[in-house]
Amino acid sequence: MPRALVIVYSIVAVLALIGLADALYLTVLHLTGQSAACGDGAECSQVLSSSYSHFGPLPVAGLGLLGYFTVFSLATFAAFGWVKPRRFLPIMVGLMFLGTLWFLYVQAFILHQYCRFCLGSAAITFLLAALVVATSPGSARTRA
Amino acid sequence: MKRFIPVIVVGVVALLAFAVGVVLYRVYRQKEIAQTEEQQEQAKRGTLHARGPVKAPVTLEEFGDFQCPPCGALSDPLNKIIDDYKGKVRLVFRQHPLTLPHPFAMPAALAAEAAGLQGKFWEMHDLLYKTQAVWSKASDVAPLFGNYAKMIGLNSDQFERDRASEAVRKRIAADQKRGDELGVSLTPTVFVNGKSVAGPAHNPQGIRDAINAALAAIPATKN
Repeated sequence: MPRALVIVYSIVAVLALIGLADALYLTVLHLTGQSAACGDGAECSQVLSSSYSHFGPLPVAGLGLLGYFTVFSLATFAAFGWVKPRRFLPIMVGLMFLGTLWFLYVQAFILHQYCRFCLGSAAITFLLAALVVATSPGSARTRA
Repeated sequence: MKRFIPVIVVGVVALLAFAVGVVLYRVYRQKEIAQTEEQQEQAKRGTLHARGPVKAPVTLEEFGDFQCPPCGALSDPLNKIIDDYKGKVRLVFRQHPLTLPHPFAMPAALAAEAAGLQGKFWEMHDLLYKTQAVWSKASDVAPLFGNYAKMIGLNSDQFERDRASEAVRKRIAADQKRGDELGVSLTPTVFVNGKSVAGPAHNPQGIRDAINAALAAIPATKN
């Protein structure tokens, strides 16, 4: 595997770790009902306590936690030369990208409130998507 | 061996994430329990000063100083908000006397707490704000507050004993401690469901907007 690809997968793994920390924090806040602690002056508490913050009993942040952990695992295995994780990584990141678009829409057009930790997570997912596109079979870097 | 490195890395991260999650959960849960116990204890002692139903979906927590003019100006609009949003909003008043700029803020807070011990906190609260311009310019507020106590039907002897007591000072100190923990440095400071209404939004309309946003963010079944 080209060295450049190993570097890209390593960056994906590090970004996923940051996203994991963010999602872990938000999940704990959600589970303990301490959403107000997520930023004085920010609108986190209202976003995190809204009806869009969970799917049934599952907090959205918890789903994010699972997503980031999966991406971290896939990228780590891919960086060490495993082939199958490289195929699943774009699917996982693609699903998270779509989820992120939906939650940005909810914050912007339904709740009219933004949560800085959610925006941070969205930025990480966008970066992950860009990196995964860069590692896709058709990209110039992969061909090099 | 190299093949197992990612398995070890992923396993270590999973264990670390789990451990950090458990520690964070315990810390925040403990905090939540402490807050709930404190509020229950205050409610039991009758020292949590609240207007509006306990189960209201929106709670306004106001940190006020009886000698601060903007607090006085906000008092009537807040009462009107409670009436306008009947059943949906609860107002909790917290003492936050700023004793340096306001020499009578503490005596006023003590008078309100002493009235609270006779079940008339809000009557004294409203009266202190309405007459703020008068007692703020007085040289000695004690006789004035004594008269206010009579006006709202308090037992004068008990009022005098209570306002000099350690119990009411402790009650005020508890509110101030909570304010300090939440980073309150100015009065009035209002939190809407735990979120500070700060900056240009800190006016009656800004508070109404924050309440509307909080109500909109609550699932329809709770509204």
